[in-house]
Amino acid sequence: MKLAGNRAPAQRLPVRWSAGSLRKMWKNWQLYVFVFPTLAYFILFHYYPMYGVQIAFRDFIPSLGIWGSEWVGLDHLERFIHSYYFPTLIKNTLLISLYQLALFPLPIIVALMINELKNGMYKRIIQTFSYAPYFISVVVMTGMVVAFLHPQTGIINVLIEALGGKPIAFMTEPGWFKSIYVWSGEWQNLGWGAIIYLAALTTINPDLHEAATMDGATRLQRIWHINIPSILPTIIILFILNMGSFMSIGFEKLYLMQNQLNMDASDVIQTYVYRTGLLEGQYSFSAAIGLFNSLINFALLILFNGIAKKTAKTSLW
Amino acid sequence: MAREALSDKIFMIGNKAVLGGLLVILLYPLVYILSASISDPMLVNSGKVWLFPRNITLEGYSRVFQNGDIWTGYRNTIFYTIFGTFLNLLLTIPCAYALSRKDLTGRGLFMGIFVFTMFFNGGLIPTFLLIKSLGMLDTIWVLMIPGVVSVWNLIVTRTFFQSTIPREMEEAAEMDGCNHFILFLRIVFPLSAPIVAVMALFYGVSHWNQYFSSMIYLTNRELFPLQLVLREILILNELTALMLDGENMKAMAEQARIADITKYAVMIISAIPMLIAYPFLQRFFVKGVMIGSIKG
Repeated sequence: MKLAGNRAPAQRLPVRWSAGSLRKMWKNWQLYVFVFPTLAYFILFHYYPMYGVQIAFRDFIPSLGIWGSEWVGLDHLERFIHSYYFPTLIKNTLLISLYQLALFPLPIIVALMINELKNGMYKRIIQTFSYAPYFISVVVMTGMVVAFLHPQTGIINVLIEALGGKPIAFMTEPGWFKSIYVWSGEWQNLGWGAIIYLAALTTINPDLHEAATMDGATRLQRIWHINIPSILPTIIILFILNMGSFMSIGFEKLYLMQNQLNMDASDVIQTYVYRTGLLEGQYSFSAAIGLFNSLINFALLILFNGIAKKTAKTSLW
Repeated sequence: MAREALSDKIFMIGNKAVLGGLLVILLYPLVYILSASISDPMLVNSGKVWLFPRNITLEGYSRVFQNGDIWTGYRNTIFYTIFGTFLNLLLTIPCAYALSRKDLTGRGLFMGIFVFTMFFNGGLIPTFLLIKSLGMLDTIWVLMIPGVVSVWNLIVTRTFFQSTIPREMEEAAEMDGCNHFILFLRIVFPLSAPIVAVMALFYGVSHWNQYFSSMIYLTNRELFPLQLVLREILILNELTALMLDGENMKAMAEQARIADITKYAVMIISAIPMLIAYPFLQRFFVKGVMIGSIKG
């Protein structure tokens, strides 16, 4: 997979403004009409907020506007770094991200396994149902988790008690939070995540497998020496994209699962931004934290893209 | 291949077994909800229902039907999904077509502008302040205009056009004096039914399932989509109950009983359109991912 057209604009930019290209643009003016609404949308709803993020360096007061508010530099960021919550937020954000990263190979493994099945009923059934959970909304998903893990009535605790154990208050016990969060996400996204690798696997030339079989290679050997190297570029691209959102935990679900009792384990940078910014109205302070988070993500994206470019000759741009 | 190596046979058996087990894990919760929604809640809560429904009752469903919030939410969600998806397509499809044309000067620059937003954004607060200053808070527009084009969907659609609309056809049409608007409406659009279906599904599902924008931007209950109502029923009430002590618990027993009866029914009702459509539509979703993945 290659996100084409995503070449750094700088390389493409020196458009030579010859009479010819102007004439071509004039001839194609209707195509620009097709692009214009989308371009306007991106500029207003994506680039204007990037400009507005400067309130992170000001003491934003709505009545004074962005420019009228006093410039305070890095004060907000400093206050955040020295705040009481900082170590907990960083710890939780990193631990949940690393936990998820550790499961990154799972959809690859599932795709490799499904790929080995002969085309037929069984393969179709597995594929069709494996991505059914993906279409459940996060609200219903969280509702299911809460219901299944209910200390008295949840099916999991009923089972634990039947086996002679003591019921566990999963949702209010900080020690369980990260596992519940990460594995419920895996349940939901595993089959869907495998599709993209399955697509990459279908592009492998069957001759390679035939030749290898002639040479007496077993299935495992063929997976290892043919399939995995063939889908490596896809794996690398998805890994880079993954690192680009390393610090952005799927916060919509996390926010739903959070409660006062599991806060120690569930409070992450993004939920903190939401609380301080939108619930408490500290716009500048929370914009500064949000910016801090985006910048780390962006830096990780560039770093891993650079590493991949150097070592594997595969990269986003 | 007449003879398979023994190790291969073992591998295949193990492979099938593991995938079968995985399938059970993925599907069991869904089957359980379906069974629990039509069973006597007493039996569900004591763990007597674990696969098949028992003492079948539709009380849960009838309770849900009496809940006005759910009806309002359902109506709103249907509106947001249909109208929102229409707006999504209105912007995405023509733009993707224009970007698929090699003779569009500046297409690299446009793509750069769009793709960059996938990797960097102003964040929650500046976006919220923008929406507030546009006067969009507590209006239906806030659920349809922000997010009206997804970069990923734009790339997938552009790829589709690049690989399916033959250049010669466009050139021939232009020779005949066809302008781009007519070319798009008469020739390109009729050929793009598959991608329109895929995009309508991708966008439609995200409208149906979203709760976060509505939670941030809406306070008027009349505008709440279904997911926000579900959040109250399935999560807020349940978690509040978990944190109460024994005394308060008894006072809330009747309320808890009603909650128990309705929670599984509510999950099923919210997913009904999806459950009906899924068997027919799932291959389109897969197609969408495939188009996006094979040479973007």
